[in-house]
Amino acid sequence: MSQLSTRHLLGIKNITAADIELIFQTADNFKEVLNRPIKKVPSLRDITIANIFFENSTRTRLSFELAEKRLSADVINFSSSNSSVKKGETLIDTVNNILSMKVDMVVMRHASVGAPHFLSKHIQANIVNAGDGTHEHPTQALLDAFSIREKLGDVAGKKVAIIGDILHSRVALSNIFCLQKLGAEVMVCGPITLIPKHIESLGVKVEQDVMKALQWCDVANVLRIQLERQQIKYFPSLREYSLYFGINKRMLESLDKEIVVMHPGPINRGVELSSDAADSGQSIILQQVENGVAIRMAVLYLLAGGK
Amino acid sequence: MQKRLVLDQQQISIVLKRFCHQLMENHDDFENTVLLGLQPRGIVVLEQLVALLKEIAHVDVPYGYLDATFHRDDFRRRDFPLKANETKIDFLIEGKKVILIDDVLYKGRSVRAALDAMIAFGRPAKVELMVLVDRKYTRDYPIMPDYCGIKVNTLESQYVSVEWREKGFDQDAIWITEKA
Repeated sequence: MSQLSTRHLLGIKNITAADIELIFQTADNFKEVLNRPIKKVPSLRDITIANIFFENSTRTRLSFELAEKRLSADVINFSSSNSSVKKGETLIDTVNNILSMKVDMVVMRHASVGAPHFLSKHIQANIVNAGDGTHEHPTQALLDAFSIREKLGDVAGKKVAIIGDILHSRVALSNIFCLQKLGAEVMVCGPITLIPKHIESLGVKVEQDVMKALQWCDVANVLRIQLERQQIKYFPSLREYSLYFGINKRMLESLDKEIVVMHPGPINRGVELSSDAADSGQSIILQQVENGVAIRMAVLYLLAGGK
Repeated sequence: MQKRLVLDQQQISIVLKRFCHQLMENHDDFENTVLLGLQPRGIVVLEQLVALLKEIAHVDVPYGYLDATFHRDDFRRRDFPLKANETKIDFLIEGKKVILIDDVLYKGRSVRAALDAMIAFGRPAKVELMVLVDRKYTRDYPIMPDYCGIKVNTLESQYVSVEWREKGFDQDAIWITEKA
């Protein structure tokens, strides 16, 4: 199979394990391209991609933009902070205006859950969800699973603990779907106030003791505390969070095995991860960033392909 | 389905040995020469050639696999995106004499894409093309092989199939087959 089962990448929930495997195989090829002296291929030479970010982002937008440029696509960038959205224009009007400029693909981040799904019903262009509220962030989940596969050889059979602010994280939900589709076991760990009710129904284990989670897992995917999404206080202080849920090198060394440490970034150093843990040999945080470009190239290539 | 044998196992073996001797004649001690097999089917020819060069010329010529999928000019003209294969080139080709190896030369579009892909690894001093089968009068681009096993005249309704023992066939053989 050389084709995805979907025209848009809106989330991990609605794609298949075969789709994920195809994206990984294609990303393997693009990773090799990224290590060439000349890192650019002409695959998307006749494609125009609009990066529409209604919410702030640095690394995801840069990663998508670099992926698009490595594929030779024409790129236009839109951010809502300095746009007519501030003047009251609707989402569909904004996007239709951009699409009138003959855009083929849209990479969209939006604070509202389901915004890219809504858009996909109204426009012809291929849509890649770059994060919708607290819902999904599919390319982040793909690059996380790809990084685990690269480090440990396979995702199937591995135990992955997602630690931190599960409630406000779109990374957590996409990760759960992606890892489970690839045959991994998933645990979520964090303060009880930051774990969604009934999350067990997704087939994940729930733990409140970080040391127990670390002892159980092969991979610890540590999430950022999303203070900007918290309307009320979910824990007394960052200091207390760090004390009970922060991970440091001493904790990693006390385990009877070497686990892999991941973080989607940006890290609140000293809060969810200490510097000595984030910069340790067990951390693959920078490999995640590198793999992000290859994964996004693969997704864009596969969605743009075909008549 | 009609099939016509173009080269049998013995003839393929003779062609590959001839390639070896031609390369020895043109590349002396192979000091500045590298071999690149075009994915997916050129690498079978490449691997057989590498083994023969070791046996006959006693040389280990650096070799790699080149995939040109991302450089093809028919992206979005096909129903589905092409699936890429591994590119594995552990050396720079800057200033090298490169021999591109494929099984069949047809329209010349794959070779054009391969030349494009190859440039990402440096600027070669010279590039030569080696193919087992050259389908005459079918070219879209002005590309000709420097080393050729056999030239065949084919129709659009035919294709050339290359069978290798290591790919599960009874023996190495090249056929001209009518498209179904």
